[in-house]
Amino acid sequence: MSKYGVIAKFDNPQSLVHAAEKVSDEGFTKFDCHSPFPIHGMDDAMGLKRSKLGYVIGVMGLTGALFGFGLQTWIHSIEYPMNISGKPYFAYPAYAIITFELMVLFSAFGAVFGMMFFNRIPRFHHPVFYSEKFSDVSSDAFYVSIEIDDPKYDESGVIDFLKNIGGTEIEVLTDEN
Amino acid sequence: MSIKSKALIRAEKLLPGNQDFTSITEDIAGVPEQKKTPIQWWLLFGFSLSLLSIFVGSVGFLIWEGTGIWGINNPVFWGWAIINFVWWVGIGHAGTLISAILHLFRQNWRNAINRFAETMTLFAVICALVFPGIHVGRIWVAYWFLPLPNQMGMWPNMRSPLIWDFFAVFTYFTVSLLFWYTGLIPDLATLRDRAKGLKKKVYGFFALGWRGGNRQWQHYELAYLVLAGISTPLVLSVHSVVSSDFATSVIPGWHTTIFPPYFVAGAIYSGFGMVMTLSIIARKVYNLGHIITVEHLDKMAQIMLLTGCMVGYAYSMEFFVAWYSGNPYESFAFVNRALGPYWWGYWAMIFCNVVVPQFFWFEKYRRHIPFLFITSILVNIGMWFERFVIVVITLHRDFMPGAWAMYNPTMWDVAIYLGTFGLFFTGFLLFLRFLPMVSIAEAKLVLPESDPHHGDSHE
Repeated sequence: MSKYGVIAKFDNPQSLVHAAEKVSDEGFTKFDCHSPFPIHGMDDAMGLKRSKLGYVIGVMGLTGALFGFGLQTWIHSIEYPMNISGKPYFAYPAYAIITFELMVLFSAFGAVFGMMFFNRIPRFHHPVFYSEKFSDVSSDAFYVSIEIDDPKYDESGVIDFLKNIGGTEIEVLTDEN
Repeated sequence: MSIKSKALIRAEKLLPGNQDFTSITEDIAGVPEQKKTPIQWWLLFGFSLSLLSIFVGSVGFLIWEGTGIWGINNPVFWGWAIINFVWWVGIGHAGTLISAILHLFRQNWRNAINRFAETMTLFAVICALVFPGIHVGRIWVAYWFLPLPNQMGMWPNMRSPLIWDFFAVFTYFTVSLLFWYTGLIPDLATLRDRAKGLKKKVYGFFALGWRGGNRQWQHYELAYLVLAGISTPLVLSVHSVVSSDFATSVIPGWHTTIFPPYFVAGAIYSGFGMVMTLSIIARKVYNLGHIITVEHLDKMAQIMLLTGCMVGYAYSMEFFVAWYSGNPYESFAFVNRALGPYWWGYWAMIFCNVVVPQFFWFEKYRRHIPFLFITSILVNIGMWFERFVIVVITLHRDFMPGAWAMYNPTMWDVAIYLGTFGLFFTGFLLFLRFLPMVSIAEAKLVLPESDPHHGDSHE
């Protein structure tokens, strides 16, 4: 049997935001606040920096646009120049559509797979799933989890702290069963 | 009472009754979790499967025999296949409008219908993609659409709007699929947490191990916002590019710059009609009248009124320009639409797309569900006739009277069109049976309790 961390339940989005502020002020870093839907203002409460996903999407979009424009230019100017109804080989205005479509396509892949990368999913074995009650989080429950590899982690201290800030149903995550 | 405060009171009523987070989960997730499938579902599914078998049979015969089984002739080389393609793509557009554009404008009422509409988009675009796929005749070389190196050293002509169209619709399908799946991830986690046995494994696999932590929501929300942001210009580009298939040709009646905005407005108009039809059926069959409320139907009717008027404006502007240009061929093309041998197609279009939506000026009609159901179907009939007017009536009489001909569809045209309904509804019914038809996570955001400042005193 090994231990992975502690979870505590809170009543509603409001108390979860207040708890997040206190956990973050206390100096914990390896913690998370779980809710059935995204909560407005939670990033600030947890002290999270802005997501870097935007840069990934930007680079992907630019790659898509350059690839689209380059592909069309290469096909009609270099690989197989062919006179079709007298149009110029390098008919760049006509390349706008496919350039745009590929920019959107690449950005969408960047958004979805970048999101998966930053979220480290798919990941099917996270310790929070050892708790039976935690599954309510996808319906109507609000939980704070503090992981064992947090430098400030000390089990009884963390349990007392979570109790003090209003957490209930406190549970130590173990792989016992 | 001022209009604004009336609108605010309406917004409060989007989720009537004493609902909370738990009841929303129970109501929405309860549908795919039903032990016993409702008998109506089986009836509709059986009907859809029989239409699907017509689709498989008639497309099979088309591939075996060739496009000669259709009614296309010289000069009407584009018949029902192109009409149906444009019609289905157009229907798909409302889904993206609801999920992307209304999300950017923070129209929270869309949270009750966006999943629904996105799924409609996916299956509508699949139905649409069938037609360009099969109308090429030699379907086994359809991969020539793609810019692939081959032994002939040939490449697609990137200056042709038909290739732009291929890229646009393909991108549109892929991005719609990604958007739809991204929205589903938290809901799949809900179903995973409530299911047992094999179902838990399957839902769990697709939920990717989602655990609802804010460190996940943070990236998730940004990804969702960006997808909405890039889908918005994408959806506008797709139907604009579809219209370029026509507008870049030199046929009188097609060669007009009004086509892109006119096509986009028409697409949204017909798509909202289809969302309306489907949601009226689904809320009835599954008793979800408290989640997809009359308020939602009212708002959709308002958008149909707006886009219907835009389409009506485009129809009249086309006539004005045909007259004002002084071009006899252009003028003839439009007189022939209204008074030629296919006059009934033109007037069916005017009735369904211009006259019918005028009822939506009145609140009474926007909230009358049987009336909405009938008009939502009329809207799509009208939009089908719009494409019939554009494709068939324009082509059958062009420049030289010696080249004119009448066009008649064959039973195979009809069979393939009906068959795509089988494809659409089979997919849609499977979605209703196994996946949450309303976004569970987003529906909760409409509740005032989801706001962390709910209940704070305003001192």
